[in-house]
Amino acid sequence: MLWLSLAVPVVGAAAIVLLRQSPNAREAASLVTAGALFTIVLQVYAAVSEGGRPSVVLAEPIPGIPLALEAEPLGVLFALVASFLWIVTTMYSIGYMRGHHEKNQTRFYLFFAFAIASVMGVAFAGNLFTLFVFYELLSLTTFPLVTHAGTDKAKRAGRVYLGILFGTSIAFQLLAIVWTYAITGTLDFQDGGILNGRAAGAVVPVLLGLYVFGIGKAAVMPFHRWLPAAMVAPTPVSALLHAVAVVKAGVFAVLKVAVYVFGIDFLGASGASVWLMWVAAATIILGSLVAFTKDNLKARLAYSTVSQLSYVVLGAMLANSWGVIGSGMHIAMHAFGKITLFFCAGAIMVAAHKSEVSQLGGLGRKMPVTFAAFFIGTLSIVGLPPTGGSWSKWFLGLGSLEAGQVGLVAVLMVSSLLSLAYLMEIPLKGFFGKAEAEVGGHEGHMHQPGGHDDDGDHGRHGEDSHDAHGHYHRAPAWSLVAIVTTAAACLALFLYPEPFYRLMSMVAGP
Amino acid sequence: MSVHLPVLQVVVPLLAAPLCAFLRNARAAAIVAVLASWTALAIALSLLGDVMSAGVISYAIGDWAPPIGIEYRVDIVNAWVLVIVATIASAVAPYMITSVEDEVERRRIPLFYAAYLLCLCGLLGIAITGDVFNVFVFLEISSLSAYALIAMGTRRRALTAAFRYLIMGSVGATFIVIGIGLLYVMTGSLNMADLAVLLPEVWDSRTVKVAYGFLGVGFCLKLALFPLHLWLPNAYAFAPSSVTAFMASTATKVAVYMLLRFFLTIFGAPFSFGVMALDRVLLPLALVAIVSMSLVAIFQVDVKRLLAYSSVAQIGYMILGLSFASVTGLTATLLHLFNHALMKGALFMALGCVVYRIGSVHIDAMAGLGRRMPFTMAAFVVGGLSLVGVPLTVGFVSKWFLILGALERGWWPVAVIVLLTSVLALVYVWRVVEAAYFRPYEGDEGDEGAGEAPWSLLAPTWVLVGANLYFGMNAVRTAQVAERAAEVLMTGVGP
Repeated sequence: MLWLSLAVPVVGAAAIVLLRQSPNAREAASLVTAGALFTIVLQVYAAVSEGGRPSVVLAEPIPGIPLALEAEPLGVLFALVASFLWIVTTMYSIGYMRGHHEKNQTRFYLFFAFAIASVMGVAFAGNLFTLFVFYELLSLTTFPLVTHAGTDKAKRAGRVYLGILFGTSIAFQLLAIVWTYAITGTLDFQDGGILNGRAAGAVVPVLLGLYVFGIGKAAVMPFHRWLPAAMVAPTPVSALLHAVAVVKAGVFAVLKVAVYVFGIDFLGASGASVWLMWVAAATIILGSLVAFTKDNLKARLAYSTVSQLSYVVLGAMLANSWGVIGSGMHIAMHAFGKITLFFCAGAIMVAAHKSEVSQLGGLGRKMPVTFAAFFIGTLSIVGLPPTGGSWSKWFLGLGSLEAGQVGLVAVLMVSSLLSLAYLMEIPLKGFFGKAEAEVGGHEGHMHQPGGHDDDGDHGRHGEDSHDAHGHYHRAPAWSLVAIVTTAAACLALFLYPEPFYRLMSMVAGP
Repeated sequence: MSVHLPVLQVVVPLLAAPLCAFLRNARAAAIVAVLASWTALAIALSLLGDVMSAGVISYAIGDWAPPIGIEYRVDIVNAWVLVIVATIASAVAPYMITSVEDEVERRRIPLFYAAYLLCLCGLLGIAITGDVFNVFVFLEISSLSAYALIAMGTRRRALTAAFRYLIMGSVGATFIVIGIGLLYVMTGSLNMADLAVLLPEVWDSRTVKVAYGFLGVGFCLKLALFPLHLWLPNAYAFAPSSVTAFMASTATKVAVYMLLRFFLTIFGAPFSFGVMALDRVLLPLALVAIVSMSLVAIFQVDVKRLLAYSSVAQIGYMILGLSFASVTGLTATLLHLFNHALMKGALFMALGCVVYRIGSVHIDAMAGLGRRMPFTMAAFVVGGLSLVGVPLTVGFVSKWFLILGALERGWWPVAVIVLLTSVLALVYVWRVVEAAYFRPYEGDEGDEGAGEAPWSLLAPTWVLVGANLYFGMNAVRTAQVAERAAEVLMTGVGP
């Protein structure tokens, strides 16, 4: 059953290529594949929540180190989030890619499917080697998506993207993996950790550091630069991959390493993770501060992501049950919140051709649904009720207290305030700000200063935008459905966080 | 018949060579060369199978009993090397048919194949023989034919490159024969197994140590260990494409084999590592080779030269494995012999396809080729990823054992250097990928010359690309063979 989670997206990719002549059939294939994948993951979820650990061996590249999949609660959580959001994102992409008149759409859907297959591989990896393989595959398969626009800026961004992700993973992560193997003789994920009792002294913090920095997708500073660079990608890519799948693959890997390679008891007792807690804390604060300075909406969201990812890393480094539970839940909660924000950013771009925060004045009155959804997403990211985000913040706070790190609680508070400030500015401006046309006169839909280097979306304005002449035309219906779905999910998760909580307490029962 | 397999391994290409020369017909000669190469592979595989199941095979040439007569002695180590050489030959030989017609003057083609078969014969001979003087004989056969092959490159600079290689190669060969002579003086024997028994008695003599030094320098020249690599980049860059693919994947590998055979089997691991401190001599040289040559490769604009410098760096990895003086390290070395042959073979063959179509491998000339030659460039990308050491390619398997070996010794800075240089490899591979995929084609759009290469070139290339992937995903067998071979080398002569 597990191997289906890899096979279905790959088969879907083949279907996408075969149906390339007919966009409708091609998109239908994408949707069907996404639906099928989610169904499979639900089956896996059912098996795992009854205590099962389905597993399968795919190949054995190195004697004793198979390429193997094994479903465990943490992986199931990640797979659930990613596969569900893939359905939503596919709907969204259909609206966005057509509304934005993007080229090479078949290639786009093709690599999207490959990327999801890699994400499933990361989620269900049965050992460190498998995790590493799919982690690298994910970097490779998302590269064509990042450089989709084909402009010089996209190419430069692509170079930063691959350079940092490959560089850190080869130089640090692979070293850590081989080192782990040299110490323990195994790479399998085991409850309680494989290093527990086998390693001691200065090796442990160093090794942990190699993992945390080596997993560049977790975007812990100073290896975060790839994330804002990747924002040149089309918005659906930014939404699913660089707010959810890719970055979550990173923090998920960190969490998984902490839980199944080191073991949280061992990590807590050895104190090896304390220095990394503060690295994560620094990333949280600095990321928020940088987000403040960004006027480009997607760049601001990107730095917000950098900051939020470190919450998950922080939770893992706290090395106690509350921390791990909060960390795992934050993977899910942040995913729903951030994808909503990116969807909204994309809708604004398609409908009004606006990409800078300063241009959004008054737009909320014309796009009320989008800006309302943005408001809900903001609440969830900040961690306010009635949204799911409040739960993960709650548990992370508890975890910090239990670890005796009052300073970290302060960090959580400050960063919440910061994110409230830099995100809330957008819906406020949208609903209460002055419309730009009134301020700037005739500029209309022509290129605003600073708009030139944002996303390479100039010259692709649809014909109908001429009629609109500087005013918005509606966000595509498909995209609106997606936005409403994820925003509603943010609210629903406040009332029903239970499935995620249960999975996480299977990983680290309090 | 199967008793005579060891000698047939050498005799088949040896006899096929004059046959090619007499045929005087390009196509007929090509067919002979292909058949001879495939036969060699069949023999090598069957020898490896025999050795794996039944142990060492000893074959006395002309029934003269060793140590007086020449003995062919096949154990798991040289059976492995035979398979490597024959595999590459079998893939490159069919590739030559089209490539050589394009690059070599028509009347010289039968002679080209004769030289190629002699070179193959020499390389197989070095690997299979159990007699040290015989090693020298085959070394000369392979080297002389290699000089001729390189000189047949299209550009006139091929002649200077070949001449330079001739000088350096001859110096190397001379050093080796001096070393062999000194060994003979001390022991009165030329048989490897016999020498291994006799040498420990005279370990202390200065003559043996001097012999060791001469042999060491000679081998390092032949295998192009930094700083004795200067002949290699030009030789590879100016040789005909198929010759580069063949030489890069086999010649240096066989030289590494000679080094292992002499220093570990004949002198023995205790002497090499205990008395001569071979590990401490080779470690810094290997590291400097890896780092400096990877850096130099980054700044090359001729992609063939780029890969040639990368080869020097990769040889550094092989020697690095040896310098760990452990079974894991040697496993890495032996695996990398095979794996590097597969990746460089695939890469140089992909470049050969480019040369066939656009006549140049300058990095600017390759701009935009990703669209015009999709299969060729895809082969290059897979080969390049393998060179970097991305998982599921053979390159990863070698790196894995290499890093494991370093960590076993507790040399984690070495492990870090290996990983960082993989990143350097990524940089130089990426430069080519970027040119091919992200820069527009610069030639005339309607230019027919820039289509995809013919399948007669692509098929052999993709066989090697497929091998890169297959043995990267399923390395259990290769790793087993390499590990057993490493044990044989570390423990000295087998039964």
